[in-house]
This record gives sequence, C-alpha cells and structure tokens, in this order.
Amino acid sequence: MSTLVKSTANVPAAKTGSTALDLVLRFRALGLVIALAALIAATTAVNPRFLSAQSLRDLLFAAAITVLLACGMTVVVLTRGIDLSVGSVLGLSAYVTASALSESGAATPVAMLIGLAVGAACGALNGAVIHFGRVPPLVATLGTLYVFRGTVYFLAGGSRINASDLPRGFLDFGNGTVLGVPYLFCVALVVLAAVGVFLGRYRAGRDLYALGSNPEAARLAGIRAGRRLMTAYIVSGALAGLGGVLYAARFGTVDASAGYGLELNIVAAVVVGGVAIFGGSGTVLGAALGALLLAVINNALPVLRIDQFWQQAIVGALILAAIALDRLVSLRASRALRTKGSHVD
Amino acid sequence: MSTGADETDPKPVVSLAGVTKAFGAVRALRGARLDLYPGEAHALVGENGAGKSTLIKILAGLYRPDGGRIEIDGVPTAFADTAAAMNAGIAVIYQEPALFGDLTIAENLFIGRQPRVRFGLIDRPAMNRRAAALFDRLGVPMDPDRPAKGLSIADQQIVEIAKAISLDARVLVMDEPTAALSGVEVERLFSVVRALRDDGAAVLFISHRFEEVEALCQRVTVMRDGAHVSTDPMDEVTVDQLVRRMVGRELGAMFPKQDVEPGEVVLEVEGLSRAGICRDITFEVRAGEIVALAGLVGAGRSEVVQAVFGIEPRGAGRVRVAGRELPSGNPRAAMRAGVALVPEDRRQQGLLLDLSIMRNATLTRRGRLSRFGFLVGGAERRAAEKWTARLNTRYGRLTDAAGTLSGGNQQKIVLAKWLATGPRVLIVDEPTRGIDVATKAEVHRLLSSLAAEGVAVIMVSSELLEVLGMADRVLVMREGRIAGELDRSDATEEAVMLLATGRESVA
Repeated sequence: MSTLVKSTANVPAAKTGSTALDLVLRFRALGLVIALAALIAATTAVNPRFLSAQSLRDLLFAAAITVLLACGMTVVVLTRGIDLSVGSVLGLSAYVTASALSESGAATPVAMLIGLAVGAACGALNGAVIHFGRVPPLVATLGTLYVFRGTVYFLAGGSRINASDLPRGFLDFGNGTVLGVPYLFCVALVVLAAVGVFLGRYRAGRDLYALGSNPEAARLAGIRAGRRLMTAYIVSGALAGLGGVLYAARFGTVDASAGYGLELNIVAAVVVGGVAIFGGSGTVLGAALGALLLAVINNALPVLRIDQFWQQAIVGALILAAIALDRLVSLRASRALRTKGSHVD
Repeated sequence: MSTGADETDPKPVVSLAGVTKAFGAVRALRGARLDLYPGEAHALVGENGAGKSTLIKILAGLYRPDGGRIEIDGVPTAFADTAAAMNAGIAVIYQEPALFGDLTIAENLFIGRQPRVRFGLIDRPAMNRRAAALFDRLGVPMDPDRPAKGLSIADQQIVEIAKAISLDARVLVMDEPTAALSGVEVERLFSVVRALRDDGAAVLFISHRFEEVEALCQRVTVMRDGAHVSTDPMDEVTVDQLVRRMVGRELGAMFPKQDVEPGEVVLEVEGLSRAGICRDITFEVRAGEIVALAGLVGAGRSEVVQAVFGIEPRGAGRVRVAGRELPSGNPRAAMRAGVALVPEDRRQQGLLLDLSIMRNATLTRRGRLSRFGFLVGGAERRAAEKWTARLNTRYGRLTDAAGTLSGGNQQKIVLAKWLATGPRVLIVDEPTRGIDVATKAEVHRLLSSLAAEGVAVIMVSSELLEVLGMADRVLVMREGRIAGELDRSDATEEAVMLLATGRESVA
C-alpha cells in the first residue's frame, strides 16, 4: 500500500518519434548530394570542361579506391573501432600482387586473389590484436600501420615493379571502362552495394551497429563480440587488399610507398559521410558520398585555381562541420525524442 | 513450455544449491540455494549486497559460479555465456535497462534473432509487426520503428519486458523491474507476468517493495550476506518476519523524522513554467523543513527540481534562495547559492563510475581541496574519509572505482558529494530508489538530521510511505501542475492519491 501503484491514470506511452530523425538522417545523405552538385555546378561554371566525359572518368578513377576503402572503414568505425592500417595494407597487397604477376608469373585471377588474401590476413591480425590482446583499435592499428609498411619495405627494398612487367590484361582491367565508367569504379559500386546490404539487412551487420551503440548491452544480448569484431576487421583488411590489387592494376608502377598516408583520407571520407566516429550510426552510402565529395574537391580546386593549401583547409573544415552537424543532430534528436517520450503534453 | 499441472510433486525447472562466488577477497555468494518451480512466482529478498544480483548474473550466464550445483530440469548445467542461458529459456530483465540507442525498438527486441526471408535477409516489416503485436499484448502503444535513443527509463523497461516475453521464457528473472514504473505500468506488468506464470513459466522476482512481492509471489526466499536464510510460502510469513531475517536484527522506526521548528524561508519558487512540462509552480521551503514532491511517474516532479537547480532552463518564473534570485539554467550559480541536487538516476547523472570513490565523493568541491590549481591528495582523502564515515559507507578502498559499489553505497557516495558542499537547500530525487531497507532507513535518518541542522530539504519520491513518513508538507503534482498541498497531519495515502490522480475516489 505504500507506493503509488494503485493509480489507474492513463499514462501515454512514447509514440512515433522516428520521422523527424529519419528526415535528418536522410537529409544527411541529401546534404552530401547537394554539396556535390553545388561544387560540380560551380566548377563547371568556371570551366565547362570539368563536366567532360574525360574529366568525369578521371574523377571516378580517383574516387574508386577511396570509396572501396571507405566501405571497409565504415564497417570498423560502426563498432567504435578504427583501422589506421588500411594505407599500409593497400601498399602491401599492391606490392605482393604485382610481384606475383611479374616475378612468379602467377595467373592474373590468382594474383588478384592473393592480394585480397593478404589484406584479409592483415585484417585478421588487427582483429586478433584488438580482441584477444584487448588493445584499443586506435593503438593496435597504429602499430600494424608501421608493421605492414615495414614489411613492404623489407620485401621491396628499394626496387619497384613497372607497368611493363605486368600482364596486359591486368592493366587493361585497371584502366578500362564500360559505358564510360571505369571497371574499378564498378568494383567499388558492387562492394558498396554488398556491404550496404550486409550492414542493413543481415543479422551480423546489425550486430555491428549494436556493438558500437552499447557494448555492455551487446554482451547481455548474447552477441558474440569477438566473432563480429574479427569479421569487421577482416572485411576492412580484405577491402584494403582489394584496393591494393586495383591500385596495382590502375598505376602499374608499384613501389614500397604505395598508399602511404591514405588512411587519414579514408577516415576523413567516412566522417564527412556521417558515420559517427563513436560507433553505432551511419551508413556505407554516406561514407561513399563522403569519399566522392573529397575526390571532387581534389579535382575541382585546381580547375578553380585554388591553392593546394586551401584544399587541405577545406577538407579540414568539412570534417569539423560534419562532426558539429553530428553533435547538433544527436542533441536535437534526443531532445525531440525526450519531449515526445515525456508523459506530459 | 512445461506445465505446472502436476501439483502434488512438481519438479523445479531451475535448482541452485550451495552456489559460491567470490570477487577477489569479497565473497559475494557463500552457499546460495534457490528452487524455481513452473507456474510459480518466487520472490527473492535481501539487503543490497546480500548477493541477489550476483545470483541473477549467474542465472543469466554472465558469471560462472566458483562452486555449487546448477540444474535445469534436473540436469546439471554450466552456462558458457549469456546465449546459453537464453537458449535454456532463462530471460533476465535487469534493473538498469541496456538498450541499443541507435537501433530501433523492434531491433532491440529481436537483435540476433530477427525474422528472416530468403538468403538470410532480415524481414523488417515482419519484425516490426511482431514487435507491434508484443506491445499490443502489453497494452503499450509504442512505435517499433523509432530509435531507442531518448526513451524514458519507464519506456526502456517496457522494451526490456517485451524482449523477455518475446523470448518465450520458461524462467523469467526480474531484477526490480518496477523501480521505474508508474502505477498503471506496474499493474500492466503484473497482469502479463501472472499470465506467463499461469502458462507455466517460473518467475523469479526481486523487489524491495513488499506489497508487490505479496501481490505477485507464492514463495519467498530471503538472502543475507550471500547465503540462503529461509524459503517459505508467501502466506506463511509476515513482512515483519522477512525484514527481520533480511537485516538479521530488529529494525527501529523506519521513518525517523524529527520534529523541527521551521526557520526562515530559504527557497522560494514563483510561477515556474516550462513549455509542455510544468506550469505555474509556486512553493516555498523553510529551513529545517522537509517538503515532498509526490505524484505519479511523469507528473513532472523531476523536471521541476531540475529547473529549480538550473540543469534545464526555465521558461518563466523565479527562483529565490534566501531572497536572492537565481539566474535561469545555471547550476553553478545554484551551487554557489547553496543548492544541491541529488539526481534520480545515480549511474548516469550522479556518479562517474570509472573514477575512484574518493574522487566522486569530493568532486563538488575540488576548488577548496586544491592549492595552485592542483588537487591536494591528503586533503581530498581526508574529506572523502570524513563523509564516507558519516554516511556509514561500505567499500574496499577509497581508490576503488565507484562502479564497483552496491546500489545503496553508490547512493551514499552521491549524497556525500553534495553534503560536502554544505548546502542550505538539498534536493533529493528518489533518494531511496532501488536500495535496501536498512540503507533506506539510514538515508531517512540522515535527511532528518540534516533538516534538524537547518537545511531545507525537497524530496521527490514515488514511495508513498516515505513521503508520508518524512515530509513536513507534501506537494502533490499532477500533469505538470501542483494539484494540492497537504500538511503532515492531513497527509494520508488516500488524500495524496486523490490529488495525484485527480479522481474522486481511489479505485
């Protein structure tokens, strides 16, 4: 009798609160598309050749590998992780693939699979260090960044593999197009679609969101964190490995510095694309749009005759803007939800 | 699902015997015993720290026991992880809801077992339909497709309950599920639990509210200091007997409010309003008074005290402390004026769980404990020792993380933190929620002695007995307004309920 248990007053429960948030999230992708369109329009106004088939093709070539790696990075960032080793993994995979083709004379598909496998193995190592060693992802992958890069230097020495050493078909794949779209970009699109479906429509993918959203609750819900984290890092590694294969096919010339410093570009693309750096929210489509936006900026600024320095500053400002927007969105969303969820109208 | 048809010789679904578990030097369980029968609700009572939570976590597969026997349907079992316990049909509703804020409510229910169509793709429409059906069964209209982020604790509990129900659990373990629910929600929960129980599920129910235990359970087990004390049919024991067994000694008066001659008005609140939350709140509190804010969950009580303290800006109205007006939305100014707020949700709002007990206890007065901007270790330690001793807090070392303490002791640390500032106005929001009987009495004694020292105390509480026992005056809120004010002599359960519900009579 001592509590207010007896009351039968009607307490309204939380009703629809998703629409506003949905809009904002959809708006995020829309915002990126608008930014892209505005930038392309402005650049084209200055120099109409920016929209030429050749120029667009160059853009897609440039974006293909970052889009690919951004997909892998998204998978990892969603779990509250990060993979700083992707640049080095790309370098290692590119070198191993190219040398398998030039020195060991492996068949092209076999060499490509080898590159992919090298990436997956690197990712598995990252996942193992993070999960079994209980090392924070930032530190673990910072370490493997140097380890993998060191391995490339050890393998390559000062030498490099030239396009003339590589089979014709491999290079054609790297530089060919279908209906004006580079094969490489098609690969990136297929990967994007596959990872998107995996994250959105598969249990394992949803588990990754859950892990990033609330690790403790994930444990209570019986989600196998170890297995999922391994998956995430292997996906990221394998996609970096695939990126290495594409890199070798595209440029033909591979030395030990391939992909040097790439990791921060990828992280930037993912953050600009609206993937929360603290895990749990974001989409692979957003990350890909982020990568595309950065690629367009890279290509547009020289056309607009804007100094290289400003390019860096603009990318930096975009990252800060993206993070500020995230804060704002989550603050407003949670406030809106709280108001909706409160029992007083 | 097993049926409880065989009344003469029922076999326990779950049987624990001689279970032991130690964390370092602390022996959390030393010989716990528990038999859960199909079709029966079983209450587990005991003080905080008696080992109830540890026992639950063993049942949930989170902890592995050091010794003893666990049998499921008579078969000795060891759960490797939480998934194994779930597969055995054990569903646990924890005291602190653990949801995925970024996922939708439906996904929270079905994470890891979402309905699938071809190629293993998740069938979202089917998942949302099933979630909606569950909420229908619970009688709660909730949008399965909205993210869980921003749900009130009560709504989060509803989601947790729906999840357990969706697991078709044979054994339903509930660790104080009602602590955050309002009256209607508790009634609804109980009717669902009764239905599950009558379908043959075994229910383990943990609560500090004896009237709930009596309303729901057929059998009651008392634990003390990690060991089994007694198990009896509910109708063969009295609450007094149970309380005595829990504490192992006779309990004095539970609500020892001393009579104090009220002094000057310390806090004045005039016309306080916040759009959509509360309207035209006016009251004053004198030195030495305890004023209770009563009302149903969601009546806006916490929101009012938060606006007074300045955590949330106020839309209109004034707050004066000792005649001086406080600026809106500025907790620092409120603290300087001598106001302290002990929040409702101690884990989220009251404590830094990863920091040491000492740091937490002295957090509000770093300024006075530091020299040249550096904290002085000795001063910090002395201050922390003084307050933890005064509040009779049990802990290992001052340097242990606050998160390692039991709920009651955590609450004491939060209180210590604010009492250390020497407040003139102390606001406590649900000061005894989820803490055991003995600690409750300690908190009550403490509030009373603070009032005797001239502190003006505002207490938000959902426990009617606490309100009636502690308060000099009761302000009853309903739907964001003060529905009425009752003096200590006029305040009865019925009078408060009448005002809180706005009904002519109490059903």
